[in-house]
Amino acid sequence: MTNFPWLSVITFAPLVGVFFILLIRGDEETTARNARGIALWTSLVTFFVSLGVWINFDNTTASFQFVEKTVWMPGLNLAYHMGIDGISMFFVILSTLLTVICIAASWTTIKDRVKEYMIAFLVLETLMIGMFSALDLILFYVFFEGVLIPMFIIIGVWGGPRRNYAAYKLFLYTLTGSVLMLLAILTMMFQAGTSDITVLLKHDFPATMQPWLWLAFFASFAVKMPMWPVHTWLPDAHVEAPTAGSVILAGVLLKFGGYGFLRFSLPMFPLASADFTPLIFTLSIIAVVYTSLVALAQEDMKKLIAYSSVAHMGFVTIGTFAANTQGIEGAIITMLSHGVVSAALFLIVGVVYDRIHSRDIDAYGGLVHRMPKYALMFMVFMMASVGLPGTSGFVGEFLILVGVFKVNAWVAAFATTGVILGAAYMLYLYRRVIFGELTKENLKSILDVNAREVAIFAPLLLIVFVMGIYPSLFLDAMHVSVENLVDRYQSALAAAQHISVVAK
Amino acid sequence: MPLATLPVLIPALPEIFLAIASMLLLMLGVFSNESTNTRTVSYASVLVLVVTIPFVALVTEGRTVTFGGAFVTDTFAVYIKALVLLSAATAILMSKDYLKLQGIERFEFPVLIVLATLGMMMMVSANDLLALYLGLELQSLSLYVIAAFQRDSARSAEAGLKYFVLGALSSGMLLYGISMIYGFAGSTSFDTLATIFHDAHGQAPSVGVIVGMVFILAGLAFKVSAVPFHMWTPDVYEGAPTPVTALFAVAPKIAAMGLFIRVMVGPFGELGAQWQQIIIFISIASMGLGAFAAINQTNIKRLMAYSSIGHMGYALIGLAVAGAAGNDAMRADGVQAMLIYLGIYMFMNIGTFACILLMKRNGRMVEGIDDLAGLSKTNPGLAMILSIFMFSMAGIPPLAGFLGKLYVFQAAIQVELYTLAVVGVLASVVGAYYYIRIIKVMYFDAPAEELDTGISLEMKAILVVTGIVIVFFIFYPMPLITGAELATASLFHK
Repeated sequence: MTNFPWLSVITFAPLVGVFFILLIRGDEETTARNARGIALWTSLVTFFVSLGVWINFDNTTASFQFVEKTVWMPGLNLAYHMGIDGISMFFVILSTLLTVICIAASWTTIKDRVKEYMIAFLVLETLMIGMFSALDLILFYVFFEGVLIPMFIIIGVWGGPRRNYAAYKLFLYTLTGSVLMLLAILTMMFQAGTSDITVLLKHDFPATMQPWLWLAFFASFAVKMPMWPVHTWLPDAHVEAPTAGSVILAGVLLKFGGYGFLRFSLPMFPLASADFTPLIFTLSIIAVVYTSLVALAQEDMKKLIAYSSVAHMGFVTIGTFAANTQGIEGAIITMLSHGVVSAALFLIVGVVYDRIHSRDIDAYGGLVHRMPKYALMFMVFMMASVGLPGTSGFVGEFLILVGVFKVNAWVAAFATTGVILGAAYMLYLYRRVIFGELTKENLKSILDVNAREVAIFAPLLLIVFVMGIYPSLFLDAMHVSVENLVDRYQSALAAAQHISVVAK
Repeated sequence: MPLATLPVLIPALPEIFLAIASMLLLMLGVFSNESTNTRTVSYASVLVLVVTIPFVALVTEGRTVTFGGAFVTDTFAVYIKALVLLSAATAILMSKDYLKLQGIERFEFPVLIVLATLGMMMMVSANDLLALYLGLELQSLSLYVIAAFQRDSARSAEAGLKYFVLGALSSGMLLYGISMIYGFAGSTSFDTLATIFHDAHGQAPSVGVIVGMVFILAGLAFKVSAVPFHMWTPDVYEGAPTPVTALFAVAPKIAAMGLFIRVMVGPFGELGAQWQQIIIFISIASMGLGAFAAINQTNIKRLMAYSSIGHMGYALIGLAVAGAAGNDAMRADGVQAMLIYLGIYMFMNIGTFACILLMKRNGRMVEGIDDLAGLSKTNPGLAMILSIFMFSMAGIPPLAGFLGKLYVFQAAIQVELYTLAVVGVLASVVGAYYYIRIIKVMYFDAPAEELDTGISLEMKAILVVTGIVIVFFIFYPMPLITGAELATASLFHK
């Protein structure tokens, strides 16, 4: 099966679905029904094919697998070059999984312009998968930046009352960061003479150039991540986006930044990364502590989860720049876990929002009396978000803390306070929504989760526990790639040290 | 006394053909049935323009010079001429319904466009400062008339007059520059000038030459509406009949850019050190003004005017690269990037103006951005295609506009014009704001009163073709890129 173009198939399969959706004719009712059906089937097929990648994945090598390469634009020496390694593989699967869940979660809530909605999600899926598997800088940029188009439309068309503001903010913030990265990409292409990521991973950029390139990439990834203080677009975007939009935003799009740091910043600019590590640590600690405190004060459930995302992403950056095996593996696991858990939490909010049409925490209370199944699922995801042992959140946070403790104990200490604060705001949220007396009139007839909703949450629950109880399933696949990354980083630093010693 | 030998006419055959054809078209208009003559002449003009495209390609073999060295044809000319002819033909196609609606259906309209196109082709093929001036004036005079074509409308008349007065001023500057150059360098031929400056071996030219060159540069900058010579653009774009605006935004801009490249890289190619900084300045100023001044516009034609100013700024980055000292390959990359940018710009603009021409309500044209509100509900197809053009203009991948910008910035990075590149990308973010505002109005706002539906076959074809080019360009970019490469090669390897 080595010649089967796995990645191209996964990447472009959603576009086939788009093509069929475009062909639908008929009255509004039929169009909507057919569009939903086609979208669900397309995303399911894509998901199962992507599992094939995992099954055929070779855990023992750090080199890129499932590689495809065709000339694209010979003038600029660009290629259509795809491939994945242990770092990117799970993100591809995360994207395909969450798309299925998003489409299922929008089954009844989206009634307006269903056809366009499904097209937007399928296009988004193509761009996300392409982003994680691109091995050519410009190809990567095309996918990375193209995501803005469907995301802008999803928030702006199907979003809440302040959707204009949120959509603009998302678009312009991310675009500003990305265009600077584009210039850095062009500079790298010029300096190294190639846009092939596999070659660039081994290329040593001049030490004087690295800080500038690093900063340009940082501008883009920090916004996408998002890191304090450029995180302000995220709460707005989350609050205004439709549920599925929030899910994909938190689940996959936030990982673009973390993935970018791992794929580009660390291995390509190791010297600059080492120099800027204190900056990253400082910003991350501020993010972890400050946004956790902000989350405590939120009245809006989606906003609270949005701020908790910023805090979790702070952990990810700390782990990434700890630059040892534990830290980086922890960062990847945290990203995957957060992808599942925060997606699930947004869906949890979506369940009650569909029924009551309010996101205010005060509008709820005592839900456990009417919705026991809901309360149970909420609890599991809440605990996973807090990082309770046995859930996916614990593995990632633990590895990150171990990793960073080896590098800087103070950072580890501050990060740990974030774990405590995280428990505080999540438990506080849970208490106010679920427990207490059921006093509000409109809640007295609220219905528990139905079969469709259980079906949506079931795979997410499974992943939370599998990842928490048997993390080796995931760690083994990424281990060799991570080791390779750490080796590359350390040897580049050692070489630079050697040169400076010799120069003295 | 022997007769003067007849110059070789073959390289100029397409121009001669177009000149004769335009006279015949006039005749056709006069002698055919009055009720249908506009239709007949329009279609005939489109046919003439389209036929000229392969004709131009056929007569060009390498670089040929004729008329005592005043006229040149090479692959560069073919590339620019093909774009110009294509955009002029589509402009005529798009104008048909509009003219009827506004009651200004006259057969002179397409003929004037053909004449303007002839002028543009002369400009692109000019190899002498005087030939340049002749082409430019033929083009400009025809354009002044069609800007004021809707003579009962005060705005259209104002646009024509403004364009004429300011255009005359710029022609004056150009002529003044030409006379300075002739006075100080002793020739108006591009080839001779290039030799003179080349033989100076990097010695700074005399002040007279520099002053003359700056005047020529100012005249040309006026024609491409680069800041600070852009003042006429918004008023003329807004006032002129919409199909004329569509033409203005594309054909004369591309032709003038072609001329700009030919003059700067040809005769003044050795003086890059003298003119590069001017180009950098007007490029930055154009990108900046194009981005910021468009933000508060409410009229979509005015917005497109500022947008085109900005786009010219991006294209000029390529020219700034061509002015860099250093190896020819990198300078050629600048010109190539510019040509690619112009090609993509043409498709985006034609498509956008086709959409603007479809903005009708109760049989009357509307031009406000607010009139597009809720278009995605009332006319989803049109809304989708217009948003594709807007995202492409904003330079968002994977659409064609992104690749245009990519090439330009890549060329700038190669010669280390970092400031220009950084200003460029930041201006593109500001620019994105107003492009996505149009999308916002169409998709997020509550529907306004419905626009008229009913799209003629020609319009549908134009929209579909331009839309396909913009979306699928990324999958198959080679035709345009190879074309631009060949065109550039003829400028740099003589």
